[in-house]
Amino acid sequence: MRPTHTPYGLSRRSLLAGTAGIVAGIGLSACTADDLIGNRTRVRYWNLFGGGDGARMTQMTDAFIESRPDIDFRATTLAWGAPYYTKLAMSAAGGRAPELAILHLSRLGGYAPGRLLDPFPLDMLAELGITQDRFLPDIWNRCTVDGELYAIPLDTHPFVLYYNVDICREIGLLDSNDQLIPLSGTDELIEAFVEARRVTGNLGVSLSTGDVSPWRLWWTLYRQLDGELFDESGTELILDEERGLEALEFMRRLSIEEEVAPRGADYQAAVANFSNGQAAFLFNGGWEVTTFQTQQVPFSMTTFPNVFGNTNRTQGDCHCFVLPHQRNRDWDNTRAALEYVAYMLQNSVDWAAGGHVPSYLPVVESPEYLNLTPQSHYRHAAENVQLDPDVWFSGSASDMESQASGAFGAVHAGTNTPQEALDQFRGALQRLLDTPSPV
Amino acid sequence: MAVHTAVRQTSAAAPSDTTRTQPLLSRLGGLWFVLPFVIVYALFMVWPVLTGLWSSFFNTSLAGGDSEFLGLDNYLEMVRDDAVWTSLWHTILFTLLSTPPLVLLGLVMALLAHRARRLGWFLRFAYFAPFVLPVTVVTLIWIWLYQPGFGLINDALTRIGLSEVAWLTDERVAMIAIVLTTTWWTVGFNFLLYLAALQAIPRELYEAASVDGSSSFQQLWHITLPMLRRTTGLIIVLQLIASLKVFDQVYLMTGGGPNFSTRPIIQYIYETGFTSYRIGFASAISYMLFALIVVVSIAQFKLFPAREESAS
Repeated sequence: MRPTHTPYGLSRRSLLAGTAGIVAGIGLSACTADDLIGNRTRVRYWNLFGGGDGARMTQMTDAFIESRPDIDFRATTLAWGAPYYTKLAMSAAGGRAPELAILHLSRLGGYAPGRLLDPFPLDMLAELGITQDRFLPDIWNRCTVDGELYAIPLDTHPFVLYYNVDICREIGLLDSNDQLIPLSGTDELIEAFVEARRVTGNLGVSLSTGDVSPWRLWWTLYRQLDGELFDESGTELILDEERGLEALEFMRRLSIEEEVAPRGADYQAAVANFSNGQAAFLFNGGWEVTTFQTQQVPFSMTTFPNVFGNTNRTQGDCHCFVLPHQRNRDWDNTRAALEYVAYMLQNSVDWAAGGHVPSYLPVVESPEYLNLTPQSHYRHAAENVQLDPDVWFSGSASDMESQASGAFGAVHAGTNTPQEALDQFRGALQRLLDTPSPV
Repeated sequence: MAVHTAVRQTSAAAPSDTTRTQPLLSRLGGLWFVLPFVIVYALFMVWPVLTGLWSSFFNTSLAGGDSEFLGLDNYLEMVRDDAVWTSLWHTILFTLLSTPPLVLLGLVMALLAHRARRLGWFLRFAYFAPFVLPVTVVTLIWIWLYQPGFGLINDALTRIGLSEVAWLTDERVAMIAIVLTTTWWTVGFNFLLYLAALQAIPRELYEAASVDGSSSFQQLWHITLPMLRRTTGLIIVLQLIASLKVFDQVYLMTGGGPNFSTRPIIQYIYETGFTSYRIGFASAISYMLFALIVVVSIAQFKLFPAREESAS
């Protein structure tokens, strides 16, 4: 107790000043540590893979990091969906984004290419073997905006049909190679589902009525009917009443009239119903393949059926690599990022094991991939994949998808008639269309 | 209470002496103590509140870009936007449904635990335990409980011959399911407040009542409940404010669905601001909610006015 004579105010002040100094010191030292590491080529990489594909992505990335000690590579996985896209947009708006990030191709239009995203340097890509002829033309075109390339597709993940091999064999739906005989037309499908329900005693086909699954199913059906949502310019709503209703009538038939699909099931329940044999079929994206393999479900997969007898179109999306906008881009870092992209593309057969169809054609044509079953059974779906329409409010986990899923999920539940659902969705779309784009 | 008021009087008289005699420097000394908090408060509370008000007059976007001054357009759009009013109604509905059970159950549980002799510690522990769980754990547990087909609740319902309920996927029951979960999760806090208040009621009142031959029901009605009035007022205020900001459990359990039937106003603000990047519009809606909460709080102060009233 030295300073009994010192006025309290002063000692308090010096205490506070000291504390402030320490806090500032910590802040400064954190900055310098960051800058020092910056001497090495640095790649920060953001992605949104949290599930089974996340583990696979980490494995592949670790292998790359081990082979390239000269690069300071830091991968960050953020929460999937809206939280991810919000953070990425904000970092790019501030010009201090990571070197590399993952983006759903359906989101590209709403991501202000040129302002939030920087174009890829084509010459650098060509040196690394990333050229236009090694991708499907439709997908590559969608990656290009105003003549500049803004995205490099890693995979396509279509909406597919899973089927339980044991149950399908029992009801005579398998051919001599134990493959599902192609089902087409609404009646044939419903008949198969009714038969399947007789065996399972519960459901014919499992599907989710929550998250964005109703959008995926409806968009698949609507696109099989050649339906469009917006005109070429993306400013006018041209939602087709008749086709939209026909798609919804089929969804209603599944859940309400024939009762072969659930009225209400969230995503986990939809997956669980298939894996524990409560349903013989499942409508979902290909990414649950690892789940069912781990659980040793006797299953296989194929392209989404041709429901209305004219096309195999199916909803889907592509995971792409993008360069979020950086105010002071360092080309050495960018080159290192592109080397990682090239590595991931060339090794995308490992990625494909998780259920995504590789975008890099040399891999798609490789025997390694073709021997990968059931993943390679639906590789042709990539050619028929239907992305969301190209407007600012669409794309993976977007407002449009949640509006559609709310309205259409209620058709499964029986609380919306197809007409009510379509009217609700039309109203929501018109409101979004009337809102000036915030990007 | 007499002691309390005495202290107040002396402390009220004291400062005028000390301020005159103490030097300016040490009087400002107190400021240094609150400064760190004031800075944090100003930076992370006052400043965002002001910028929020500012941006509610612009079409500010989270994705950067230039913003234009819109005047009151955001507020006019808000008035016309059905989603604002339906989601506000969901918040109010949640408040109306959740407040009565949270208050009444808390009281009943406190009366039981207060009475129980040997099991008292166990009841106190059991009633309060859910409250310490984080919302993510609570919702995870309840999502599985509510699961159709294999969830505990539906399994029990089918075992006793009733039909399954699609708790979280049926528009008609989803909100009730969320209220049930919330009640289980947070009633422990109200229980604790009531229990503390019960223990503060002087024993003599009950003794005197017993001597006069009153039944235990009469004691409950004429002694316990009136003595708990202030606590009840406090609990209702806290409950209303907590319910008006409901978001986490709804977001985690139903995501606002099915078909937006449980989406509370905060989730709509979040979606507008963070999914659609429309921070300007989202700010306008938050200010409406802010105004509403202020009105509710003022009404509460008017209804349960002076703090000392019941004691004097």
